[in-house]
Amino acid sequence: MTTEAKIKPKVAFFDFTSCEGCQLNKLNLENDLLDILEHIDIVEFREAMDDKAEEYDIAFIEGSISTPSCVERIHDIRRRSKMLIALGACATQGGINAMKNLHPIEEVRETVYGDDKYLFPTLPAMPISAIVKVDYKIDGCPMSMPEFLKVLKSLLAGQEPIKPDSAVCVECKLKENECVFDKGMVCLGPITRGGCDAICPSFGQFCTGCRGLISNPNKNAMLEILTEHGISLDEAKKRILLFNSYDHSQSLPK
Amino acid sequence: MSKNLDINIHHLTRVEGHGNIVVNMRDGKLERAELEIVEAMRYFEAMLKGRSFHEAAIITSRICGICALGHQMTSLKATEDALGLEISKQTLLLRKLLVNGATLQSNILHVYFLVAPDLLGAPSVFPLIPTHKEVILRALRMKRLANDIGDIVSGRAVHPITPVPGGFTRIPTVGELTGIKRKLIEEGLPDVKETVETIKSLAGVIPNFTRETEYISLKHKDEYALYDGDIYSSDTGAKDVHDYMEMTNEFVVPHSTSKHAKHNRTSYMVGALARWNNNYDQMTELSQAAAKELGLTPKTYNPYFNSVAQVVECAHCIEDSIKIIDQLLADGLKDEKPNQTPTKYGRGVGSTEVPRGILYHEYEYDRRGNIVYANCVIPTGQNLANIDDDMKKLVPEIIEKPKEDIIKHLEMLVRAYDPCISCSVHMLNVEFINED
Ligand code: SF4
Ligand code: SF4
Ligand SMILES: [Fe+2]
Ligand code: NI
Repeated sequence: MTTEAKIKPKVAFFDFTSCEGCQLNKLNLENDLLDILEHIDIVEFREAMDDKAEEYDIAFIEGSISTPSCVERIHDIRRRSKMLIALGACATQGGINAMKNLHPIEEVRETVYGDDKYLFPTLPAMPISAIVKVDYKIDGCPMSMPEFLKVLKSLLAGQEPIKPDSAVCVECKLKENECVFDKGMVCLGPITRGGCDAICPSFGQFCTGCRGLISNPNKNAMLEILTEHGISLDEAKKRILLFNSYDHSQSLPK
Repeated sequence: MSKNLDINIHHLTRVEGHGNIVVNMRDGKLERAELEIVEAMRYFEAMLKGRSFHEAAIITSRICGICALGHQMTSLKATEDALGLEISKQTLLLRKLLVNGATLQSNILHVYFLVAPDLLGAPSVFPLIPTHKEVILRALRMKRLANDIGDIVSGRAVHPITPVPGGFTRIPTVGELTGIKRKLIEEGLPDVKETVETIKSLAGVIPNFTRETEYISLKHKDEYALYDGDIYSSDTGAKDVHDYMEMTNEFVVPHSTSKHAKHNRTSYMVGALARWNNNYDQMTELSQAAAKELGLTPKTYNPYFNSVAQVVECAHCIEDSIKIIDQLLADGLKDEKPNQTPTKYGRGVGSTEVPRGILYHEYEYDRRGNIVYANCVIPTGQNLANIDDDMKKLVPEIIEKPKEDIIKHLEMLVRAYDPCISCSVHMLNVEFINED
C-alpha cells in the first residue's frame, strides 16, 4: 500500500443492534492497528472517540436494524457515505438477532418487560441491506479479522474484494481436521459459506452456520444428515436457523 | 441561589453502547439527573426459549462482544448446575485462566483507550499515538497478551469456541501454555508495573468525589473471587447464588431500555471497585503493592476510582495466570472429553465476576435438554441506579463550575463504571438541561 501523496480515505464505524463484538474486534488487531492508521483517517468511531464528521468515504456498519430509530439513522449514514460495508452476521444477514423474529412479537416483548412491554418500540430484526444499499459484506459472528484486513487492503488499492463462496466443510477437509460428526456432534459445515478457515471444527467444535449459507444450499440433504446423526427434525431446523433466521426461516420444509 | 441547568449529552462517546446523560436543575433544585439507556432491546431471554443446552452459551455469548467470555462461563455454569454436570479440575483451571485473560483484556481496553484520554485531555486515544507512543505500544502489547490467552485456550477471544458444557472441545498443548507463561513473565509483569507508574502520574486529575454505597460482588473462601463464589453484600453479608433474585430485584424504569436493580438501599455498585472493597485482602502481592502505590485504600468510596481498581486487577490477573499455568503443567495436561451426560433436568443458576461486575444467568431445562425459562441479570443494569444516585449527589457539589466542566465530570463518572450497554439491554448518552 503506497499512499504517499494520496489523501487518506475518511473511514467511520457505526453500530446498530449488536453485541459490538465486531467493532471491538478491530481493536484486537493490535499488531496491525498502527499500520492501518497510517493508511486511513478514522473520522467517527463513537466507542473509541468523541469526534464526529459530515461525510465518509467508507462507512463500516455493525449490527441489525431493529427499531424505528435504527431505520432513520441508517438512511442518514447512507446519504453521507460513498461506500457502505456491513460487518458481521448481525449486519449482513440479521444474525442471532433475527431469532427473535421466530417468536410472535407480543410474546417476545412480554417475556422481557412484562406489563411494561409498550415502553420501547421494536421491529423484527433485519440486515442492513433490507433498508439501504450495501456495497460489500464481511460475514461471520464475529466477522473474520483476516477477511476484514484483506477487504480493507483491496479497497485501499482500489480493487474489488473477492467474496468467498465455498463451504466450510471444504476448508475443514483441506486442513485435514477430524470431522466433528465422527466425534458425535452435528455440524453445519456442509452448507455454510466458508472464509473463516473452518475455525470452529479446527478447534473441535461444530459449525453453527454463522457466516450464512452458500449460494445454493441443499437444505433438505442437510436436514437429512442432521437427523441421521440423532437429532430431531425440529431440532435440526433450529440449528440451521441459529444465525440464518432472516434469510431461511420461510424456506425450510414444514 | 436560583440556578438553572439543562444538560443533554446525546449518545455519550467512549462507552460501549448508546446512552444519554440528562440533567435538569430548576431554581437550584435538581429535577432530573439520569443516565438514559436508549440501546435497542435484544430480547435474549425470549430467543433462548426452546434452544438446546448445547446452544445456550453460543447464544448468550452474543449478548456482548466485550464480555463474551464472561457470559459464556456464566451460561455454562448455569447449564451444568441445571443438568447436574460435573467438571474436572483441569476444566476449572482452564476456565479460571480464561476469566483472568478476559478481565485483563477488558480492563486494559477501558483504562488505556477509554479513560486515559480524559485524564490527558484528549478526545480519543488516536491523537495520543504520536505524543505517547511508548504508552500506546505498551497498551497494545498488554491487550495482545490478554487476547493470546483467549485465542489459544478458547480458539478465539471474541465469542470463544472451545468452552462447552462439561469441559472443552480442545485442550491447549504444553507448548502453548508455556508460551503464554513466558509472555506473562517477560512482558506482562514489567508492563503492568509501568502501567501503575503511568496511572499514578495521572491520578491527580481523577475527580475527588465520594459517596458510600452498598457494594455487591462474589466472595470465595479461598481466593479473590472472579470465576466463582457466594454473593456478598457489604451491607448484609453472604448469600447463596441461587437466591440472586433477592439481591437484584430488577425493575423497569421509563428512561432506560435496560432494567434497574436495588437491594438494601436505593442502589448498589458492582464491578472492580466493589470487588476491591469486598475482597482486597485476597489479591496477589503484586496487586496489593500496586494498590498502595496508586493510593487505592481498602474501603474506597470514590466511584471514579473504579478505573484504578481495574489497574490493580490487571496485576492480579497476570500473577494469578502464571500460578494457574504452573498448576496445570504440574498436574499434567489430560486429553479430556467434555462431560455432557445430564444427570437431572431442572433449574440452575450461574454467577461470575465479569469485568463490569457480578453477572447471573438462570435457566430451566425440560427433559429433552431444551430451555423453557431464561433470565440474565447484567452488571451494567445493576449499576444504573447507582450511577443516577451518584449524579444526584455530584451535580449540586459541582454546580458552580463552568458547564463544560460539569459535563466532563458527568461523562467521566459514567465512563468510570465502564458501562457495557449492549450487555445491559441484553446502554449511554448525557442530556443536560442548564441555561441561566
Ligand atoms: S455479528 Fe456477532 S460478533 Fe458481530 S456484532 Fe453481531 S453478534 Fe456481535
Ligand atoms: S466454522 Fe462455522 S460457525 Fe465457525 S466461524 Fe466458520 S462459519 Fe462460523
Ligand atoms: Fe435481563
Ligand atoms: Ni458487556
